[in-house]
Amino acid sequence: MSNLILDHNIVEDTWQLVTPPTVEEAVVRKQAGKVVLFKLTGEASYSDEQITATEIPQTGKVLIPLTVWIARKQALSARLANGEIGIWLATHEVLETLVENQPDLNVFPLIAIHVERFADGRIFSIGNLLRTRYGFKNTLRAFGDVLRDQLFFLKRCGFNSYLIRADRSAEEALASLQDFSEPYQGAVDNNQPVWRRVHREHV
Amino acid sequence: MYKYDEIDQAIVNERVSQYRDQTRRYLAGELSDEEFRPLRLQNGLYIQRHAPMLRIAVPYGTLSSAQLRKLGEISKRYDRGYGHFSTRQNLQLNWPKLEDVPDILAELATVEMHAIQTSGNCIRNITTDQFAGVAPDEIIDPRAVAEIMRQWSTFHPEFALLPRKFKIAVSGTKQDRAIVQAHDIGLEFYYDEQNKMAIKVWVGGGLGRTPILGSVIREHLEWQHVLTYCEAIIRVYNLHGRRDNAYKARIKILVKALGIDEFREQVEAEWAHLKDNPNTITEAELSRVATYFTEMPYESLPAHDAGFDNAIASNPAFAAWVKRSVHAHKKSGYRAVTLSLKPHGKAPGDATSEQMIAVADLADAYSFGELRVSHEQNLILTDVKLSDVYALWETARANELATPNIGLLTDIICCPGGDFCSLANAKSIPIAEAIQMQFDNLDYLHDIGELELNISGCMNACGHHHVGHIGILGVDKDGSEWYQVTIGGKQGNDASIGAVIGPSFAAEEMPGVVQKLIDVYIAERTPEERFIDTVRRIGIPPFKAHVYGKAVEKADAHV
Ligand code: HEM
Ligand code: SF4
Repeated sequence: MSNLILDHNIVEDTWQLVTPPTVEEAVVRKQAGKVVLFKLTGEASYSDEQITATEIPQTGKVLIPLTVWIARKQALSARLANGEIGIWLATHEVLETLVENQPDLNVFPLIAIHVERFADGRIFSIGNLLRTRYGFKNTLRAFGDVLRDQLFFLKRCGFNSYLIRADRSAEEALASLQDFSEPYQGAVDNNQPVWRRVHREHV
Repeated sequence: MYKYDEIDQAIVNERVSQYRDQTRRYLAGELSDEEFRPLRLQNGLYIQRHAPMLRIAVPYGTLSSAQLRKLGEISKRYDRGYGHFSTRQNLQLNWPKLEDVPDILAELATVEMHAIQTSGNCIRNITTDQFAGVAPDEIIDPRAVAEIMRQWSTFHPEFALLPRKFKIAVSGTKQDRAIVQAHDIGLEFYYDEQNKMAIKVWVGGGLGRTPILGSVIREHLEWQHVLTYCEAIIRVYNLHGRRDNAYKARIKILVKALGIDEFREQVEAEWAHLKDNPNTITEAELSRVATYFTEMPYESLPAHDAGFDNAIASNPAFAAWVKRSVHAHKKSGYRAVTLSLKPHGKAPGDATSEQMIAVADLADAYSFGELRVSHEQNLILTDVKLSDVYALWETARANELATPNIGLLTDIICCPGGDFCSLANAKSIPIAEAIQMQFDNLDYLHDIGELELNISGCMNACGHHHVGHIGILGVDKDGSEWYQVTIGGKQGNDASIGAVIGPSFAAEEMPGVVQKLIDVYIAERTPEERFIDTVRRIGIPPFKAHVYGKAVEKADAHV
């Protein structure tokens, strides 16, 4: 059973997720005795070795890490033209890097944002910027630690696809897309704040 | 005050259902502790030392009598018959059951209340001057904009999971009473040269373990842009604020790291894209909301009332109370009245269910059914006729709400501390109580005059100790409780952060230490000086010398 929501339906995932090989001894960063949970905005994601060693399936639609795509985009240009290349980035990566390398984002049928920890709200600003600043019109997916209680916010920030964490039910998560019927502020899904959407009488 | 229409009501009702389901999933084991944590926090539910604590939002400190009566009922039915009014103008219940919270929220929703975003890493309850709308020194009543901002920040989708909590204060008076400089964003309203409402925007203030007063990011912002400008600030913060270390995650750290000029540039660059978007407030929306905050139906009254004057002349206890608790009002013949939640020897800011109901009745009888919570943790009736003040006092006194100590040493701001809070280094309530008992002589208390004494149980500074004229901070040394003392902190336009006087003290020493500080003040003061003025004039050393005396060396042993 698929755990992927697209708009308001559960659909099969036709994209193959590409991830760089993990490095052997991952360093656990600590601060004041506590494990550091979040990467800093702008921090590098992968080493050059990881990027070169990343295996990309030869056929089909592939969802490629931003840094891998930048390094190897020449070789992938034919597949990009074929609509076979989607890009994913993590919440600590910056959109400027993407846009500098590819000003027209609509060449990608899919952009996906990986949220490592659900408490990382950078994903919301990233979604917003992709839609409102960089004009991305195609599928915008959230994946990783995606739980139903963020869906309403993700939707309002421009996402239209959610890969629910494997141990949770996507079926149940669908309900959360409707948590609130008339939100107050203008956002990406509807840029009109409530006072421009409906007439409010004095009570 | 603002009243819900069906849209506001639908949002709180939907919230009750949503939270009820989240609680159900948690209790059924479908949500882990870690996953439930941000959900319950965004609903004001902490897990404390003994029990959960539920923080109920009181938007910009304004309550109706019906709301307070409901809070009285809830604290009786679901808690132990009392609640705690906090420095952020909210109400906290110390003993609710986690599984009862959805029902409590449903009860709150019936009186247009909720616990949304009273905790967690999101935009918190917006605070303001407790005298908004009635203060004689008010230039602009900030409540309509505060309400528009409340709505805008409620479930703001982009700012639901910020690096850290985010606090906004608004103020529109000559004398700042909202501590705008100690907030993540402080908005100071004024009329510009064109006589248009404008805002001076402060950013990056905050107390906690790194106390910093805010910097001005914009001298002049036209009011209609306040939402988009805040959006720009918070977006820069959301993307670039530190998430690797909770202690360095507040916006003040980002502003300090970048410098205010670089931070301003980033914000302005972001704002260039957002300015004039549909979240720009329209005249029509401002006036729709402002009609909820129009003047009360005041009577036209003379400036004096003979009965009131006679009562003052003949009743010294009443006169002493009036001096401290009755405040000037913009309307002739009216006064704002503070009810003290600081009776000597009780936990500062606590009110029993009976007191809440009594205050609700007083508000109905004498103040158009409305009241305020101050960040000094007292309750205020804003619109009392002079001729009613005496009767009000009698009832307030019968309910232990008329200790004549407002603005004096025993009007202590105090966090829940080690008695309740699991982050505490030390208890704070017993220290407050002991100091109140030390200064229980009212004549002496009045002679000492205006003084703010603030206590926090740890460096998180929930009790605002940094801005107390005297600040007391609980510190942990090898597992035992000690107290560090600062003097010279101040809130207001000339805000300052207090300086530490020296090594810390044991709990039983604290009343004596405060006594010594007061002794120095009494000896050194000029006739018109308050404690804080004397400290600013003569500096820390005389206080330090007297407090430590010969004991300095001994005290140094436990630095
Ligand atoms: C018992 C549960 C409480 C917990 C666990 C708690 C926790 C915290 C923490 C961790 C901070 C530091 C935040 C930072 O600087 O990043 C803080 C600050 C603060 N809290 Fe509390 N608090 C509690 C109760 C209260 C109460 C009862 C009040 C009001 C009386 C309050 C008002 C404040 C204020 C005003 C700050 C000021 C510092 C600032 O925001 O810069 N808190 N709290
Ligand atoms: S200052 Fe510390 S002890 Fe007091 S309430 Fe805040 S976190 Fe708890």
